[in-house]
Amino acid sequence: MKTTATPHETNAAGGIMKTLTGLFRSNIREYGMLIALIAVMVFFQIQTAGVLMKPVNLTNLVLQNSYVITMAVGMLLIIITGGIDLSVGSVVAVIGALAGVLIVRYDVNWIVVVAICLLLGAMIGAFQGYFVAYRKIPAFIVTLAGMLVFRGLTIALLRGESVGPFPRGFQNISSGFIPDLFQNEGLHITTLLIGVLLSILLIFLDVRGRKNQQKYGLEVTPFYFFVVKNIVITIAVMGFCYLMASYKGLPNVLVLLFALVTFYAFITSSSVIGRRIYAMGGNEKAARLSGVNTPRLLFYTFINMGILASMAGLIVAARLNSSTPNAGDGMELDVIAACFIGGASPMGGVGKVIGALVGAFLIGVLNNGMSILGVGIDWQKVVKGIVLLAAVLFDVYNKNKNA
Amino acid sequence: MADVILEMRNITKTFPGVKALNNVSFSVTQGEIHALVGENGAGKSTLMNVLSGIYPYGTYEGEIYFQGSECRFRDLTESEKVGLVIIHQELALIPFLSVAENMFLGNERAKNGVIDWNESISKTAEFLERVGLHESPNTLITDMGVGKQQLVEIAKALAKEVKLLILDEPTAALNEKDSEKLLELLLQFKEHGISSILISHKLSEVKKVADSITILRDGATIETLDCRKDNITEDRIIRGMVGRDMTHRFPPREKNIGEVIFEIRDWNAYHPIHEDRKVSNNVNISVRRGEVVGISGLMGAGRTELAMSIFGRAYGTRISGKAYRNGEEVDISTIDKAISNGIAYATEDRKAYGLVLIQEVKNNITLANLEEISSRQVINEPREMKVTSEYRDNLNIKCSSIRQLALNLSGGNQQKVVLSKWLFSSPEILILDEPTRGIDVGAKYEIYTIINRLVSEGKGIILISSELPEILGVCDRIYVMRDGKIVGEMPASEASQEKVMKHIMTQQEATQS
Repeated sequence: MKTTATPHETNAAGGIMKTLTGLFRSNIREYGMLIALIAVMVFFQIQTAGVLMKPVNLTNLVLQNSYVITMAVGMLLIIITGGIDLSVGSVVAVIGALAGVLIVRYDVNWIVVVAICLLLGAMIGAFQGYFVAYRKIPAFIVTLAGMLVFRGLTIALLRGESVGPFPRGFQNISSGFIPDLFQNEGLHITTLLIGVLLSILLIFLDVRGRKNQQKYGLEVTPFYFFVVKNIVITIAVMGFCYLMASYKGLPNVLVLLFALVTFYAFITSSSVIGRRIYAMGGNEKAARLSGVNTPRLLFYTFINMGILASMAGLIVAARLNSSTPNAGDGMELDVIAACFIGGASPMGGVGKVIGALVGAFLIGVLNNGMSILGVGIDWQKVVKGIVLLAAVLFDVYNKNKNA
Repeated sequence: MADVILEMRNITKTFPGVKALNNVSFSVTQGEIHALVGENGAGKSTLMNVLSGIYPYGTYEGEIYFQGSECRFRDLTESEKVGLVIIHQELALIPFLSVAENMFLGNERAKNGVIDWNESISKTAEFLERVGLHESPNTLITDMGVGKQQLVEIAKALAKEVKLLILDEPTAALNEKDSEKLLELLLQFKEHGISSILISHKLSEVKKVADSITILRDGATIETLDCRKDNITEDRIIRGMVGRDMTHRFPPREKNIGEVIFEIRDWNAYHPIHEDRKVSNNVNISVRRGEVVGISGLMGAGRTELAMSIFGRAYGTRISGKAYRNGEEVDISTIDKAISNGIAYATEDRKAYGLVLIQEVKNNITLANLEEISSRQVINEPREMKVTSEYRDNLNIKCSSIRQLALNLSGGNQQKVVLSKWLFSSPEILILDEPTRGIDVGAKYEIYTIINRLVSEGKGIILISSELPEILGVCDRIYVMRDGKIVGEMPASEASQEKVMKHIMTQQEATQS
């Protein structure tokens, strides 16, 4: 590829700085949180004498946070519409309980059970969404009711006791790794291969996007910047895959999370439905008067949340290797906190998937780091609470400064 | 006798870009009913907000004297303390509290923070008696009709020992009988030495009770008429209200009017909450290709309600009637269907209904027609940037970038974004509701130019406007609306401000037929 210096291309040295500061300014919230995340990681890396970033711990970190992230992407959509879902912790429990009862007590094939559970999750979402979207009952009330109902049903289903253990296949949902097709000693080749394919895909998409921009005569980032950006991304992807390959390869959950985050990041940033969700959260009346079927859209976001909560429920059950009556207890708060730390606005209309992801990781690293250091659960909660408050304070401060 | 109770001297109030009041002087004598009239936007409400301290001292220029001493109100409570009570068009009652609770809200009968309910209730009953309202003090506001609520507001003013009562369009939402009762009450108050300022569009009422009339126009006092000396006719008042020179300029247009492209027949709609109130009453209107049809009328005449009920039933319940496009009946029962049948409605309230303020200009422009810039549900953002940049250039939207938030644009530019949104949905019939409200003269001219361009492309436009010069200057044909009915229709060539105003103001035939 050659640098064709179109008139729309900002030029060289000064241009790069301009591009960088421009990027930073328009995404100050995301970068702010990312910097906070990195700072926290560096802090714990030093304090724990390098334990935090060890592959085994990184894998743990991902596994521990997988259900929060899974639900955060769905919760984010609901928060963007201006709503909230308090029931997700209880949905996690009831789905886990159902899976436990069907697999362990009734000996149903686990793949069938997964399908049933996802379907039931969608139905739970539809049930709550119906009241919120079509009967106009505030989401807070409907899902508070759901929180109680589904917790109660969980205890009833399990008759108050834990059910387990699960067959190996089901457990692998959370604790398995992608199979190594090459049976290599040492490095996990499949993981590296995925890294290579992913890097190529990312470069391909970026090149295509750039061409499309040029086609419509838009200003593009300088070519040097474009090249450097892609090199950095490739190094990051390959570095991460190498790190993973040196342990047992990519965990199944990580692949699932990656797929979910990519999918929802795409939905929110580039799809018609995503655009409509933001419009609805920003000004419901204006969206409706522009032909957006707002009740139906709201209904869909709840179905989506139900499915994701049910996925999280399966992951939790598989990870604990049993269904327990108090699974997912208080989890809704971690999920909601991740969204708000990540910059979503309680008023609706604002929030990004990447933000929610960073928010979830920030909470996760805090949890994990403090646990390694032996900080008690009591102080962990205090710290998390303060982080949430500080993040939102940062938002409010920024907003007032810009206004 | 002619003691001056209130004097406002050389009041000037400026909003960003607009001089709402320009050197206005206004005085009220003891024990008179003083009417304040003028077109929408003439500055009546602004003047009263200055008087009552809603716009605090320091935000306007000029002096206010009440009972001989200068007043510098910082808020509403300070003006109420001296006996100046304003009752707004939208009533300030809390619906789920009782009459007694509302009566002393912020003024509670209490000892050491504990409310004396016995005193509150007996006092309330006393005040209700004085305004002739026979209701229990324990009735909830929400269970009363608007007429009675209005009386509660007045009783509340009495509880504050009112000396000068200001009523902003008190009868706008009332029926004939309740209006009558309210006016009687004002006359009674006069006997007891309470002065009133009455802001009203209903000239028959003004004529009936007012002792003097001050006319405002374009933020300036035009004249004060003394009804006790001369016999003032409604025509005389109307002339004062509209008698401005045609300083507004309207871009010329070559008329090329074709066949009827859109028509509604026997259109009826009811209020969404008060289901027995008819907001559109047997309306028949049509618009031709290349024609601008105006709908004139006062606020509350039902113009916006009509437009929104047509636009996919966005307003009202129990809507009935038929819609025809190019002679064929069309289904416009949802907003989606209305849009796909080529109808667009640009709202009068761009902030509440027109824009997603926290989003970028480009997102706002494409919202009603995302299909156009996407394929298989995926938005092509570069394409979006390109088309929206074209609208920015064509409509001359002043923004730092197409990605600027709608929030940060001026009123005129926001209006152009709303227009762009609807133009992008490529409609055949555009309903423009007060498209030039609150924007400056230059931007108005640009909006008129856009209207001209659209009709020259063969679109039909329905223009709702409260500004008569605008209706006369832009439209080809004019409907006049009052109380949800079309009460007049005339070609613009035969219309004059006086003629339209007469249709708007004259009450008799319409209410008694």
